[in-house]
Amino acid sequence: MAFIEARDLVKTYSPKGSPEVRALDGLTLEVEKGSVTALLGPNGAGKTTTVKALTTLIKPDSGSAFIDGVDVFAEPQAIRRMIGASGQYAAVDQNLTGFENLVMVGRLYHLGARVARQRATELIELFDLVEAQNRTVKGYSGGMRRRIDLAGALVIRPPVLFLDEPTTGLDPRSRIGLWEVIEQLVNDGTTVLLTTQYLEEADRLADSISVIDNGRVIAKGTADELKASVGGLRVAVTVVDETQIDAARDILTRFGTGESAVLNGRTLVVPVQEGPVALAAIVSAAATKGIGLHDAGMRRPTLDDVFLQLTGHAAETEDSETESAA
Amino acid sequence: MSTTLKPIPGNAVSRFVSDGAVTTWRNLMKIIRVPEILLFSLIQPIMFVLLFTYVFGAAVVIPGSDYTSFLMAGIFAQTVVFGSTYSGSAMAQDLKDGIIDRFRTLPMSGAAVLVGRTTGDLVINTLSMLVMMGTGLLVGWRVKSSPLEFLAGVAILLLFAYAFSWVMAFLGMSVKSPEVINNASFLILFPLTFISNAFVPSENLPTPLRVFAEWNPVSALVQSARELFGNVPPGTVAGDAWPAQNPIATVLLGVAVLLIVFVPLSIRKFATISR
Repeated sequence: MAFIEARDLVKTYSPKGSPEVRALDGLTLEVEKGSVTALLGPNGAGKTTTVKALTTLIKPDSGSAFIDGVDVFAEPQAIRRMIGASGQYAAVDQNLTGFENLVMVGRLYHLGARVARQRATELIELFDLVEAQNRTVKGYSGGMRRRIDLAGALVIRPPVLFLDEPTTGLDPRSRIGLWEVIEQLVNDGTTVLLTTQYLEEADRLADSISVIDNGRVIAKGTADELKASVGGLRVAVTVVDETQIDAARDILTRFGTGESAVLNGRTLVVPVQEGPVALAAIVSAAATKGIGLHDAGMRRPTLDDVFLQLTGHAAETEDSETESAA
Repeated sequence: MSTTLKPIPGNAVSRFVSDGAVTTWRNLMKIIRVPEILLFSLIQPIMFVLLFTYVFGAAVVIPGSDYTSFLMAGIFAQTVVFGSTYSGSAMAQDLKDGIIDRFRTLPMSGAAVLVGRTTGDLVINTLSMLVMMGTGLLVGWRVKSSPLEFLAGVAILLLFAYAFSWVMAFLGMSVKSPEVINNASFLILFPLTFISNAFVPSENLPTPLRVFAEWNPVSALVQSARELFGNVPPGTVAGDAWPAQNPIATVLLGVAVLLIVFVPLSIRKFATISR
């Protein structure tokens, strides 16, 4: 049995006045001990619901889950003694200082006052919050809040860590800082299940990626395996004028070997057979048709392409997942 | 891998007490860090005491009593009832902020979070009672009963407030946002406290309102406090309704019912909620 194992999780919500939502639709997942597994998917795919189920916040309608052999839904209190969880929005008390927040969490894990304070001091140092430790969290920057929230998840040095979109909404610098912290933890042997909608994040942090869409895992493997499964080179072009996107799309479809897709607004991508030849043909056809291009190039498939191929839609969407996960 | 920290030895009771103490501490820290909350919950009753005494005091004639003596029990009751709504909006806010999610992933007692909430709010309610009493004494209110009766009067007000906090905490976990609690409680509690004997003797009200007032639990609370503080105007005739005849028993019964229903209901609710 894998260290974390979820079988056939189903969870439906019936929001008032709207049709039933199947947040989890038979989700099955395995995470090996000491590995980092990323749940990759767009907003509303069911990532947060999965984490909520595995961290004992919600009970699914059906299905089972075990962490280190302990039944998550039958023995939630035992599970809570072995997990740390850090959410998409920093769940720390705004009116307490960073230090007080960590001591509070330690006390609620029943570590005793002395150990709780000692551990808070260690974590404050680890997360580079010494200067800010005696200020209330209200005055922290977004990156600092994430760090104190993550620190809260590490108070007992849990063998299992759940990170729900740990870097969503952070600026690139804070994101990289947080990645470095997570990488350190992984080196210590902590088993991590993280969710992300950023392919780059999954690529960098995870040993294994489960692509999730509409409440199910639709593909899994290492980043390289997933990329290889999509195969071939890609040509991507960015048009100057958004109104010409359809015309550009026609050209891409003509010279590509598969469906062309809009990545974000003005960027189109298509799989091709002979990269340089296809690229030259596409650029020249665009010039003939008078379509201005900002950028045109060849590249190996990214996880973006994997996602696009598997789900038929791009990975990053703007609508909020909280609605479906509430 | 680095070793996971283990809890210190303890049984369910000591854990519960410890968790309750930590969450109460957290709620009281909020008052220290955001003193405006306490300030406003203190200013409002002071304002009510002064407004009613000086604006209505001249117009409302209570036979055999000055208006301030009559009024104070009403203000006390209204203030603790409104004070308890804070338990609801605070639970809703914690839910929205994700703090409840954090607590629920910890191996702590969920009931302790609710005990911490309601106990913390009891402390606020006690403080505002003290401030109101000081203000009342300044504008001429006097306790005309024994010290023991006086303490019983304070206790019954706070007991009711505590039970009502559990109702509000439950409602706070059942709504989508803290604003809903604030607006809804204003809409419901304002008539409830006004259509009572809190500010005017209910025997003078038109019949439908009088009947409502006599059965209104707020009236029973006000009447209990008024009796225990020795502030019942001489010659007052209690209404025919059982609660009007037996206010203290009504309040104690009400407190028992609210606690028996809403303590388990809230604890059960807490175990399933998430942002």
